[in-house]
Amino acid sequence: MATLELRGIKKHYGSIHAVNGVDVVVAEGEFLAILGPSGCGKTTLMRMIAGLEMPSEGEILIGGKPVTHLPPRARNVSMVFQSYALYPNMTVAKNIAFPLKTRGMPQAERDAKVAWAVGIMGIGHLLHRRPARLSGGEKQKVALARALVRNPALFIFDEPLSSLDAQVRTMARGELRQLHDRTGVTTVYVTHDQLEALGMGDRIAIMQHGRVHQLGTPQELYDDPADTFVAAFLGAPPMNMLERDGRIVGFRAEYLLPSTSPAAAQDDALSLRMHISQLEFLGAEWLVYGEIENAATPQKLLAKVPPAVAATLRVDEQREFTVARSRLRYFDPTTGLRVRDERG
Amino acid sequence: MSEAEASSRVGLGDRDHMLGWLMLGPSLIYIAALVGLPFFLAIALSVTSATVGDPSIHGFVGLGNFVQVLHESAFPLALRNSVIVTLGTLILTLVLATAESELLVRDFRGKRLLQILLILPWAMPVSLAAIDWLWLLDSEFSPVDWLLRHMHLLGPGSPLGPANHLYYYGKEWLGLGAIVMINVWRLLPFATIIVLAGRTSIPRDIFEQAQVDGAGFFRTLFSITLPALLPILMVASMFTALLVFGDMAVTALTTRGGPGYATQVLPYWAYLKGIDGGALSEGAAVALFMFPVLLVGAILALRMAYRTDSQGDRP
Repeated sequence: MATLELRGIKKHYGSIHAVNGVDVVVAEGEFLAILGPSGCGKTTLMRMIAGLEMPSEGEILIGGKPVTHLPPRARNVSMVFQSYALYPNMTVAKNIAFPLKTRGMPQAERDAKVAWAVGIMGIGHLLHRRPARLSGGEKQKVALARALVRNPALFIFDEPLSSLDAQVRTMARGELRQLHDRTGVTTVYVTHDQLEALGMGDRIAIMQHGRVHQLGTPQELYDDPADTFVAAFLGAPPMNMLERDGRIVGFRAEYLLPSTSPAAAQDDALSLRMHISQLEFLGAEWLVYGEIENAATPQKLLAKVPPAVAATLRVDEQREFTVARSRLRYFDPTTGLRVRDERG
Repeated sequence: MSEAEASSRVGLGDRDHMLGWLMLGPSLIYIAALVGLPFFLAIALSVTSATVGDPSIHGFVGLGNFVQVLHESAFPLALRNSVIVTLGTLILTLVLATAESELLVRDFRGKRLLQILLILPWAMPVSLAAIDWLWLLDSEFSPVDWLLRHMHLLGPGSPLGPANHLYYYGKEWLGLGAIVMINVWRLLPFATIIVLAGRTSIPRDIFEQAQVDGAGFFRTLFSITLPALLPILMVASMFTALLVFGDMAVTALTTRGGPGYATQVLPYWAYLKGIDGGALSEGAAVALFMFPVLLVGAILALRMAYRTDSQGDRP
């Protein structure tokens, strides 16, 4: 258990800047999710934290100690790869014991530690199997037990859920977060899946082009995106964005409601006349695809409405929608950055 | 109309049964004519009194040729040397091929050049290689001796003896050593390619995981790499062993089996006896002595390769 500090981390391969100046401090016991599209540099950043790559510039501190140029084994960092990277020729028990063996821990002590980790993950019945005979979920548990067994300073997860079936994934998300809460190990979790980042992270760092665009709690990122990239990347569907008076106005789909619906904002609201082009059933709610026609360039909007409201809407009709001004977020159209002056 | 058109497009390539035989055909004919026929001919010859002058297979002598060959003083020597040369070459080749593949799997400056240099022995004709090695280990003009003399390891009053030359091809153990070395030199590129193919097919994640788990180079090599390479090492050793055990070229071009029979090997002895000496039937008998060894070796290697494979990635 330790803090993790990244100071001005850069990594370039020739002229390609994979990571271009990242400063992040992860508190002790914190769960930090690093979220971004593929190619954003999150994997390179993670590999530098693990010691598998050396940064071109900058400093990495684990527990306050600089480890920037130390090899992985000198960092006491546990990593769970996307593929789980179980050693195919070893049984589950030997896989889990491997990190202890490399540091020369005596057999008896090793057995006790393995039993402890196996108990936490509930995989006692798998000990003598080889990885080839495990299901995806079981493999993940073995990989977690192997990561856990040595009391690491830091957990690093590289998209550990992406090779699981969709049904198992939700469960696994919960289990992973529980494991973190129970052990209290500082965790860096790399993913391109915003559901995982939003659901598990204490804080999220959103990356693109080698830079952290925003670092904050899931709620902060969702409600107050720092720029148009974060606004467009986070949330399903992403924020609606309109050009208005030389600025970009953004708001979430769930705040855009027909003015006739009881929950709609009445006073101090932005009102938009929308042509409904499509209605999509999502289960708990409906997605309304609309267009503003009187604008110079037709602008597409999305609204997320409850079933009762959706029942009043018809495809191809013109309707008045409103969104409360307090829900509007303004961005600079050239830099994409958030403009704080919201009344202007 | 269109149906007829569609059906007319079904050619030979669509009939798996026919296509299979067609593609297997050439190799079946090749094996039957150039491997199967000579093999049975050799069995037939070995139980007759046929010679080069009278190669008829009428004079049946039973196992007489085998008994005759067994009683010759050269036989135990040739058998011993064949085993020594094969095992020696095998062990050295596997160790070096593994080392080379560990090197070539990494990225470094000059890797391309090294790859070319390492593959070169394979591209060299046997005759050229022989000239090369005859000169390198020549009794008088050997540059190896010259080097040793300059390092004061050879010559009067030095550790390797008072003589100015080692006479590699004229001594039992130096001769065998030279044969092993030349075999290693010529088979290493092929073995390296096989092992390297196996090495690059191990996912990189596994090695990075081992790194994060704190394993150093040797622990990774012995706990992760070698177990994962085992099936491919079996294949490589099978190829190497069969190529060395059945080879007579290296011996024939260097020591010629001498001095006496001290560095003789079974295949060259069979050749000398059967073709040079004219005793066709006895030569066939010697060659057949190698057959069980080769067969058992091949079966063992294949079985181990399959066993390790079924323990591996298949669920």
